[in-house]
Amino acid sequence: MLARDHFRQLVCETPFHPRTAALNQLNLWHRWRDHTVADAYFDVGMEYNAIRNSCAVFDLSPMTKHLITGPDALAYMNRLVTRDVAKIKPARVGYCVWCDDAGQVIDDGTIFHLREGVYRLCSQERQLDWLHSSALGFDVRIVEETNDVAGLAVQGPTSCAVLKSLGLAGIETLTPFGLRSFPFAGGTLEVSRTGYTGDLGYELWINPERALQLWDALFAAGADHGIRAIGTLALEMSRIEAGFIQAGVDFLPADRAVRVDRTRSPFELDLGRLVDFSKPNFTGRRALLEEQHRGSRYRLVRLDVEGNKPAKDAYIYDQRRTNVGVVTSSMWSPAAKASIALASVKMPWGAPGEELAAEIYYQKELKWNRFMARCRVVEGAFFDPPRRRATPAADR
Amino acid sequence: MKYDAIVIGAGHNGLCNAAFLARAGLEVLVLESNSYVGGAAVSRELHPHWTYSNCSYVCGLLRPEIYRSLELARHGLQIVPYGGGVTFTRDGDILGGYLDKDLKRRELARHSARDADAYMRYGRDTMRQCRLIRSLLLRTPPDPSSLRWRDLREMMHVGKEFAKLGEAGIYDTMRFYTLSIADYLNEYFESDVVKANFAGSGIIGTALGVQSPGTAYVLLHHYMGDVDGQMGAWGFARGGMGAVSQALAAAVQAHGGEIKVDAPVARILTRGGRACGVALANGDEYYADTVVSNVDPKRTFLKLMDPGDLQPEFLARARNFKIRGSSGKLNIALDGLPDFPALGAGNPLISGDMHFLDSLERYERAYDDWKNGSWSKDPYLDLLMPSLTDPTMTPPGKHMMSVFVQYVPVKVNGHDWTDADREAFKQTVFDQIARYSPNFRSLVLHAEVRTPRELEAEVGLTEGNIFQGELTFDQLFFNRPFPGYAQYRAPVRGLYMCGSATHPGGGVMAAPGANAAREILRDLHRGSTVPEGWSDD
Repeated sequence: MLARDHFRQLVCETPFHPRTAALNQLNLWHRWRDHTVADAYFDVGMEYNAIRNSCAVFDLSPMTKHLITGPDALAYMNRLVTRDVAKIKPARVGYCVWCDDAGQVIDDGTIFHLREGVYRLCSQERQLDWLHSSALGFDVRIVEETNDVAGLAVQGPTSCAVLKSLGLAGIETLTPFGLRSFPFAGGTLEVSRTGYTGDLGYELWINPERALQLWDALFAAGADHGIRAIGTLALEMSRIEAGFIQAGVDFLPADRAVRVDRTRSPFELDLGRLVDFSKPNFTGRRALLEEQHRGSRYRLVRLDVEGNKPAKDAYIYDQRRTNVGVVTSSMWSPAAKASIALASVKMPWGAPGEELAAEIYYQKELKWNRFMARCRVVEGAFFDPPRRRATPAADR
Repeated sequence: MKYDAIVIGAGHNGLCNAAFLARAGLEVLVLESNSYVGGAAVSRELHPHWTYSNCSYVCGLLRPEIYRSLELARHGLQIVPYGGGVTFTRDGDILGGYLDKDLKRRELARHSARDADAYMRYGRDTMRQCRLIRSLLLRTPPDPSSLRWRDLREMMHVGKEFAKLGEAGIYDTMRFYTLSIADYLNEYFESDVVKANFAGSGIIGTALGVQSPGTAYVLLHHYMGDVDGQMGAWGFARGGMGAVSQALAAAVQAHGGEIKVDAPVARILTRGGRACGVALANGDEYYADTVVSNVDPKRTFLKLMDPGDLQPEFLARARNFKIRGSSGKLNIALDGLPDFPALGAGNPLISGDMHFLDSLERYERAYDDWKNGSWSKDPYLDLLMPSLTDPTMTPPGKHMMSVFVQYVPVKVNGHDWTDADREAFKQTVFDQIARYSPNFRSLVLHAEVRTPRELEAEVGLTEGNIFQGELTFDQLFFNRPFPGYAQYRAPVRGLYMCGSATHPGGGVMAAPGANAAREILRDLHRGSTVPEGWSDD
């Protein structure tokens, strides 16, 4: 149990803080789940380029993690999330969403099948209350282990080479969404080929006691491979390019929504592929089946926006100037060389290839301008290099 | 002397009502029996250089629309939010409601990791109910039995707000208004102390226990306010709660209204079946075609009116109106800052509200004592030291402690309060505080002890009920104060009600006074000077 005087430390530090603090030349920080993490270390653009050009290291320790064990672990996980967890074999990772009874997305996350019947669920939001509520009738044990596991994302074209230099023999044969353990400093280092950048990349998981050792070894191994610590701002750029959604930005977690019409179903977030009606009953199934028959209310679309101005928070219009939606994430993409956006539009708008318009406001030297940018609905990631999936992974 | 309108009682609602009437160009007279204005929103110096907020002690419900419309800021009112709250446990621990949301979550998790997450769901559901009620605060309740266009339109508004909650939300609302606070909290939390920490808001000011149906709504009544858009937040009026009344009085005077203190009204005068003025205890008479009563309906209809002017069924409603007293108040001048060792040095929670019941069981036992005719032997306290936030309350380095106490009966074992009872009651409260603050007693310089007896005698609230009538479902919205009389009009023409006994109820909200002014101006065919409620969206 936490000490009663924990109030003296208003913001907690991650296990890597001594290293990240030493590197944070900009001294820019923000709070992420009770912890202070770097917005940027020295230059957002340069940090972003490390993701796409060499090797970027991001401290993701504050990410919420739950450990789920017990005889009914698989049955429970299958009841919780919309996809078929039986298909996630041991030493594999799967992206998933889970819904409330009404089929509205509570959160998205990743399931790590650590060992037969032992699962780690990583999520954006804390979920203990929902996970326990969902456990009625299942023989499972659910504990939050956020602070028991330190994590680093190691992402970019040279990330595999860095891990090889670190001594992780055979890491290049790890397939996307694969999970492998390596001995490290007298303990175990877990490595998954996962990430939030849409590039070749890995996530490293370790006991916090060995966190600094890992950091030091990793940066020594990466010295000749362009390794850089990156902050949240650079990571955010790469996740939009990859077309990934973020809770609280691209959708509102259903269990936080005060206004009832603000939530979205998996179909409405373009995650229909994660809904498997052929598996046993899962939370939200009936509502989602109904939605399939009745039709969805919204659609998440990826937009290629005309011109070079980011379509931040822009309203989306159809050809007849009817307001049909709003941009939730947007940026100028250095990798795709295009202005890109994620948007939520009302059905039936947003079919692939449809032409829409974004109402963009931008300011130059204190003067505000407005222009209606044509945008086209595109499918898939905005930037999707073959190295992301290639196995064995390339060195650069 | 003839005025356009006479307001009986210079409580915050009477003053608010008078200010809006005066702003419409009416010649308004406010008559107050005490030598100071404010009713239960007063600041008095009962110990030299110490200011007490004698009755109401924190401000969060005051409608911002009224604050702004009457320019209360220009008239000197300043609300300063205070920092969090804490529940002490018998085993020497605490549950801190820190202002910082991460700190607060961590603290909840210290007692139950699951409850820390459940708090988000609890917050969401409670906020949904808050938004519904907030949309109704600055509106006159519709008469559900009426087919008048206005009532139908208001019913439609209520229906629309309901519909925003969605299908499940409508079911939840029906349950919410009839649930006990204990049942409501049990649906979210597992830890005793977490439940106890939130339960207090469900019983403050009401003569019900945590297990009594209807107390979930009372919680809402304490959550629906805001300070600068921070919903559920509470603050101190700089200078004590009298600052609210002083600013409202200044607004009355700025619009040409007149306020007379030491002017107790003895009778409401009627002629030809309509109100025509008032007579003071000293025999002076003042006349007006509009008479507005800020005093509670029992006093208004059973004491100030001639029963012959009212119908028997209406009089029965007034007699049956529930206005049971259940609370007391201690205001204590302290020679220094008392220690609360469980907090630990430097804990910001010392400037928040402190509570000492750590289980629902203890709450219910405290209520049992009240039912049995005595004050709670292990009482619920809502303890604050405003001097830690507001430097105007005491000399530097000294402190003032405001202690709201529940439960306190109207009569002690069937007899009226005696001074000896009051002393014993004070010792019960001192004992409760001293259990958690060993040096508290040694710092006491002076204490004002208020039981329902003092609240009735000094403020005029029948039985000392702080809300001017219970906030139970049978006495809310279009049933407040009585079915058929929720639109601020008494059954005698020209007579109106504007106190907390009318919608939307007690707390220093000023909404009843404003809503009554809107209805009066409507009857007088004057344009409304009362602002509309702001949308939450």
